[in-house]
Amino acid sequence: MPIWEPEKECVSRDELQQIQLERLQATLNRVYRNVSFYRRRFKEVDFHPEDDLAELQDLERLPFTTSEDVSNSYPYEMFAVPLREVVRVHSSSGTQTNPRVVGYTRQDLNNWSTLVARILSAGGVTQDDVIQVTFGYGLLTGGLGIHYGAERIGASVLPTSVGRTERQIKIMQDFRTTVMASTPSYALVIADRMEKMQINPRTLSLKYCICAGEPWAEAMRQEIEERLFVKFTDNYGVSEVMGPGVAGECLEQKGMHLQEDHFHCEIIDPASGKVLPREEEGELVITTLTKEAFPMIRYRTGDLCRILEEPCPCGRTFRRMSPIRKRCDNVVVIKGTNIIPERIGDVLEELKGARPIYQIVAVREGHQDQLEIWVEVTEQFFSDRMREQRTLVEVMKEKIANFIGISARVKLVETGSLERENGSVRLFVDRRLP
Amino acid sequence: MLTVKSVHTYYGNIHALKGVSLHVGKGELVTLIGANGAGKSTLVNTICGLIQPRKGMIEFQGKPIQSLPPESIVPMGMALVPEGRQIFATLTVESNLQMGGYIHRRKRDQIQEDMARMLDRFPILNQRRQQLAGTLSGGEQQMLAISRALMARPQLLVLDEPSMGLAPLVTKEIFKIIHELREEGRTILLIEQNARAALNIADRGYVLETGKVVLQGEGTMLLEHSEVQRAYLGKGAKEIVDA
Repeated sequence: MPIWEPEKECVSRDELQQIQLERLQATLNRVYRNVSFYRRRFKEVDFHPEDDLAELQDLERLPFTTSEDVSNSYPYEMFAVPLREVVRVHSSSGTQTNPRVVGYTRQDLNNWSTLVARILSAGGVTQDDVIQVTFGYGLLTGGLGIHYGAERIGASVLPTSVGRTERQIKIMQDFRTTVMASTPSYALVIADRMEKMQINPRTLSLKYCICAGEPWAEAMRQEIEERLFVKFTDNYGVSEVMGPGVAGECLEQKGMHLQEDHFHCEIIDPASGKVLPREEEGELVITTLTKEAFPMIRYRTGDLCRILEEPCPCGRTFRRMSPIRKRCDNVVVIKGTNIIPERIGDVLEELKGARPIYQIVAVREGHQDQLEIWVEVTEQFFSDRMREQRTLVEVMKEKIANFIGISARVKLVETGSLERENGSVRLFVDRRLP
Repeated sequence: MLTVKSVHTYYGNIHALKGVSLHVGKGELVTLIGANGAGKSTLVNTICGLIQPRKGMIEFQGKPIQSLPPESIVPMGMALVPEGRQIFATLTVESNLQMGGYIHRRKRDQIQEDMARMLDRFPILNQRRQQLAGTLSGGEQQMLAISRALMARPQLLVLDEPSMGLAPLVTKEIFKIIHELREEGRTILLIEQNARAALNIADRGYVLETGKVVLQGEGTMLLEHSEVQRAYLGKGAKEIVDA
């Protein structure tokens, strides 16, 4: 498969280090000048970018930026350019009280499209393809991120967005879709539905499935490939950092190439914050090297992975990250949305003024993930009139859906029936994996 | 070809370059733009060995040169077209060219051959080969300065403000020459105040501000960049006045 920007993606490691250093220095000079949050943070550790960043390793002196920091900067506090230079704004799912808002300059969008084009190319997409984007459009980065990259390649883009599975399948048939961009679980939902509709996937034109958005297992990759007759590649994005385009797998299917000329990546021990030796598993920390509107310095992604140093047979010199199998914090990823279990409690508490005892349960039905919230009935959360009781459940569902952006089932359960550990209820139970 | 890493240069107590890094790859035309006093010429002087950096590393053709004097750097394959041209005004055009080939002085044939090529390339210099260089016009002097530098057969050509003091039409001519040199596969570092002209022909560029690099990227990208346009290309000035 052709490499989108061979002169950049196959650059020598020495030159890459120099490029990273140059871009990092420019980035730090800019955030120090333009973002009071970073200026304050840098001063706290007595770090002056112009004097103290002689080597890439000097970055380790700087504190981390967390999703909470971003949340607290709501909405524009951490922007590094005036709003008039910002041409796009995205916002992440509301895992914190405030959503995390990110901005893009014209040049940021340009880079973003190029990076996604690189990743789609690596996954097999060319200008002759018809790509169906089943990620959500709107404030989340998934849909538009993939969309612009696919347009950059010159593929024909079908912005079908999420849901309406039968319509997706009809479009896939009639428009002769060759590439599907989706979450791994949605790829299987499509496969299941086609089986039900008695459509033979062989009659489709599908060749590639570009997946992202949730943890998956190798068996799942195999199942998708076998049932849909596609080649599956994984890619990785973080909306605070850019969205899709941070890393993507090539057709060797041996880990995702980090776009290292635009992102500096470290692996740290999530407990101590120390940078770990090469190839060890830990939390991925990313620093943007070219972002203008919303630079991120040492952002803790919360995702656990390893960085593979070994050169890839595809010829790209960028190192690869292993697939994300789990997170190192209590964030729950379901349907591509990040949820912090405690925040659900906050929402429920707002309703009646008291925090109910509750548990978040992720279940998988067929290949579809479902979010369930089990709430123990107490006096506040109980009414002997059925109608009021139903209304309460409806209100809870609505509040939660509004807050996290996906719908959840709310179940009222008997007092004391939720599974307890050392006397307290586990906030999250994952019943998705066998 | 050339790698500058976190270089700090001082004039006495004045901190002129504050951790500047840049690189020029083989066959690239890289430009460095910035306002007066941003540190552009300091960087050139530091690269060429006229001033020594207090901290940082400069690597040319894989060897560290940050503590070498100019006379050791030139034979390694770097030639400078200095700011203000600095031609030998009291020598003839021919002698100026010969001086440019000084490091190859034992190879008489090569010098003759190169000189013929330069005079062929710039017919105006050929016409004036016996004239004293000081009698040439600004544009002609600049052509002479460039040819003189090329006489050293450099691997890297460093041009410091070649458009300075030249009429717009002449500037255009000089940039055409620089562009041609790039097309011939030469490696060039171009330092310029004329941001638009420089970015137009450059593969990549760096924007220097108060001794620091604040922007870098491909030439066309910088040309379109709103910050560059406002600060160096005079765009948007009207809006600001109106507002």
